[in-house]
Amino acid sequence: MNATWSRFNITSIVLGFAFLYLPIVLLVVFSFNESKLVTVWGGFSTKWYVSLFHNQGLMDATWVTARVAVISATVATVLGTLAALTLTRYTRFKGRTLFSGMVFAPLVMPEVITGLSLLLLFVAVGLDRGFVTVTLAHITLTMCFVAVVVQSRLITFDRSLEEAAMDLGAPPVKTFFQITLPVIMPAIVSGWMLAFTLSLDDLVIASFTSGPGATTLPMKIYSQVRLGVTPEINAACTILIAVVAVGVIIASLANKRREVQRQRDEQAAQRG
Amino acid sequence: MSNAAVTAATSSRATAAGKSALARLGEAFVGRLVILIPYLWLVFFFLIPFVIVFKISLSQTAIAIPPYTPVLGFGDGLAGFFAQLKELSIDNYTWLTQDALYVNAYVTSVIVAAISTVLTLLVGYPIAYGMARAPAMLRPTLLMLVILPFWTSFLIRVYAWIGILKPEGLLNQLLLATGIISQPLIILNTYTAIFIGIVYSYLPFMVLPLYSSLEKMDYSLIEAAKDLGCPPTSAFWKITFPLSLPGVIAGCLLVFIPAVGEFVIPDLLGGSQTLMIGKTLWNEFFANRDWPVSSAVAVILLLLLIVPIMLFQRAQARAQEQDR
Repeated sequence: MNATWSRFNITSIVLGFAFLYLPIVLLVVFSFNESKLVTVWGGFSTKWYVSLFHNQGLMDATWVTARVAVISATVATVLGTLAALTLTRYTRFKGRTLFSGMVFAPLVMPEVITGLSLLLLFVAVGLDRGFVTVTLAHITLTMCFVAVVVQSRLITFDRSLEEAAMDLGAPPVKTFFQITLPVIMPAIVSGWMLAFTLSLDDLVIASFTSGPGATTLPMKIYSQVRLGVTPEINAACTILIAVVAVGVIIASLANKRREVQRQRDEQAAQRG
Repeated sequence: MSNAAVTAATSSRATAAGKSALARLGEAFVGRLVILIPYLWLVFFFLIPFVIVFKISLSQTAIAIPPYTPVLGFGDGLAGFFAQLKELSIDNYTWLTQDALYVNAYVTSVIVAAISTVLTLLVGYPIAYGMARAPAMLRPTLLMLVILPFWTSFLIRVYAWIGILKPEGLLNQLLLATGIISQPLIILNTYTAIFIGIVYSYLPFMVLPLYSSLEKMDYSLIEAAKDLGCPPTSAFWKITFPLSLPGVIAGCLLVFIPAVGEFVIPDLLGGSQTLMIGKTLWNEFFANRDWPVSSAVAVILLLLLIVPIMLFQRAQARAQEQDR
């Protein structure tokens, strides 16, 4: 395989990753810029981070966003896992095509359509726009992403483990919690994290479904970006990137450790 | 065995059977719940909202809260319902077809999305191919590196390009300093900036499905072709590309469908001179507060996308069948 990994392949990967990462790196670098001009380097400074913490509006928005993201990711993970189970385990029931359509369509549906339609629903049922409506909207969007992530793990799941448990007399619900759930747990965790970041990130759907008092961080950043690019926003973005990066790294390390543990267990089982 | 013992035995067997019947009933109930909970949630929060959008698109703007004339409610009983049925109007739709602005916005959006999709494919294919041919040890890391930007905020990644593409931005500074250009290029607030934004933001969506179909490919086929004297380019078009077609289709749909209705990228990078339907819908809603017209815009956008969305769903279902 090594011989076929040509210079062309390596070049395209290097260029591709440079394209993907350079803008983010530049954004982070310029958040430490002394000058108010975002694109002219005026020396190293952390003053924008200090002024960030004195920006009450931004801090409030961060708090709202964090709460929306945690609640919606958690509910979406439960609903998405149920949806994934439905898609993989129940191959025959009335309206299955409609169901899988409703799970897959939100993945590609333009956000303006989803946002507008959810807003009109909330108005129709007389729900005041605010924290609750943003959370409900985010649950709906992100549960579909969770469903896809968990489903891909369930497809490769070895059903004989479950059958063995049931042959030994474990009832299905107990089998699910003792056998199935631990095995698909990594997928559920990464589904939760995906839902969390999607919610943290969403501007369009939040703008439609949010109301006064529930301004999220992306909405705040967006309204400031429209007024002009400032190093303060760069600083806010850098913190957001750092939070997500740390989360992803911890998750992947935990995953790797579990994998190593599993391999060790398997070897021990083979020796014993 | 005494009679009493027999009775006791039968009755205990009977309770056992009764319990298992009850348990089975419970299990069936749990099974129903597993399906019903997400099903009802999606019907209520995904399907019904579209019906409401369609309904509102047939109403009239009004100075009220909410800002449209009420349509099709049962508030006034059945007679009221039928009276309202007559009030429905397709004015919003005739308005959309008569105003060149909307027609242009739809056409431009489809063209911009199509060009961006092709560009994303051209940029993404070599990356995915390089990854698929990388040493097996490196592949998980490379995969992780493609997914990672996806975890950082979409808004932030688009915002980062403003600083790069501005007339006095980093790209122009670099090009001027190296003497490649003598005048700063105007890229921000043009369609070029939108193309760059879409290619950049959606690249992982293209690379991932491409990679997963290229990785499954049997490369001894290429070697066989080479041994038989087939030049590399035609080996690519005759073997590699056709085998990666499922990935190409999935990737293109994943980019094209959301790109047609994209709002953030045309708004932040395209400026006021560029026209795209997502932006039009947003302005209709937030600036003009015309809910019925924005609903009509959404309905037509949905009709435009319904075929690609169904293709996408079928591609997903097929991929799932193959993995099984």
